[in-house]
Amino acid sequence: MAMPRDECLKVLARHRTDEIVVAVYKAAQEWIHISHSELDYTFTGAMGQGSSHALGLALGRPDKRVVVLDGDGSLLMNLGTLVTIANAAPRNLIHCVCQNGTYESNGAVPIPGARQLSFAAMARAAGYLATYEFGRLDDWAREAGGILRQDGPLFVTLHVVPGADYPEDFRRLYDVEHREIFRRALQAS
Amino acid sequence: MPGGPPARDIIGEIKRAGISFVVALPDRTTSERLLKPVLADPDLRVVQVCKEDEGVSICGGLFCAGKRALLLIQYTGLLDSINALRGVAVEGRNPVCMMVGLLGKEPGVPPTRSQRYGLRIVEPILDAMGIEHHLIEQPDDVRHIVPAVERAYDRMAPVALLIGQEPA
Repeated sequence: MAMPRDECLKVLARHRTDEIVVAVYKAAQEWIHISHSELDYTFTGAMGQGSSHALGLALGRPDKRVVVLDGDGSLLMNLGTLVTIANAAPRNLIHCVCQNGTYESNGAVPIPGARQLSFAAMARAAGYLATYEFGRLDDWAREAGGILRQDGPLFVTLHVVPGADYPEDFRRLYDVEHREIFRRALQAS
Repeated sequence: MPGGPPARDIIGEIKRAGISFVVALPDRTTSERLLKPVLADPDLRVVQVCKEDEGVSICGGLFCAGKRALLLIQYTGLLDSINALRGVAVEGRNPVCMMVGLLGKEPGVPPTRSQRYGLRIVEPILDAMGIEHHLIEQPDDVRHIVPAVERAYDRMAPVALLIGQEPA
C-alpha cells in the first residue's frame, strides 16, 4: 500500500500549526506549493543533509517542533544521521521519510535494497523514541495530529507514490533570500 | 620549537566568540586536550556526529536557530565533506566555523610543504573554494579565533581554523 505523496503532504499541512518543516527534493518541490508558511526550510544544499539541518534547528530552538520530510535515497546517503539524532535526542524532532523506492528526482532508478529495507527498523535500533509506518492515507490522516504533539525523536515512514504534478523550482529551494526570510521568521516566532 | 597553542586559551576564545555548540567527530590532534575538556564543559553543548558532513548541516541549522557553533574535525573529514561545504556552507551562505586538526603535520612546517599529500592539498582546496583559513599552531595564533568567527558570521561564509599541532 502506498499514498499519493502530495495527498500525504496535504494531510500534514492540515494538521500543522507553527512547526518548522524541513523538506527535501520531491517532497520539497511539492511542499512549496502546498504550504505557504515562512517556517518552511528547503535550503539543505546537498543530498542527504535534510535531517542534519533539522537537528541543528531542533537543538537550537527546543521551543519549536521540527518536522523533516526526508527522502529514501537521501536518507541512504546519510544513514549515520539516525544514530546522531537518537543520541542527541531532541524531543521536538519528527523525522518523516517519504519512501517511494526510487531516486525519483534522478531518473526514478530504484534505490538499493528497495524491496527489503526498513528505515523504521533502523530508526528503532538507533534509539528513536517511537516509529510509525503508514501506507494508507486514512490511517495517516487519523494519526498525524497526535504524532505532531508527541515527544520525540520520532520516526515516520510514509510509503508514497507520485501524485499530481507540480512545477519544479530548484532555484527557489536553495535560494538564500528565502532562507533569510525563514531565519527572520524563526527569530520572530 | 615551542609547544602548541594552549588548549585552555583555545576553549576560552571559542567561548569569547559566542559559540555555545561544538559539533564534533574525534581527531587524534584535538581529542585529548580540546574535545574531552569541551565534553565536560557545562557552557558548551557537544553534538557528536557519525560523519563530518552531517556536522556542516547541523551548524547550518543552528545558525538559522540563532546559535553559534564550531565544527571540530580532522582534515580527512574536511576532505570528505567538500560537497556539503560547497552546497551548504559556501553556496548556502552558512557561517560554518571549522576547527580542523592537521594530523601528522610536521611542527613548524607550513601545511603546503608537508611530506603528507593529504595535508599539502588542504589549503589549496580551501583557497579554490574561497574559504578563509588560519593556521593555529603557536600559542599566539589563538588571537585569530574570535575575529575569524566574527567575520564568518558577518559575511555568512565558512572559515577553517587549522590546528597545526596538538594543543598544549
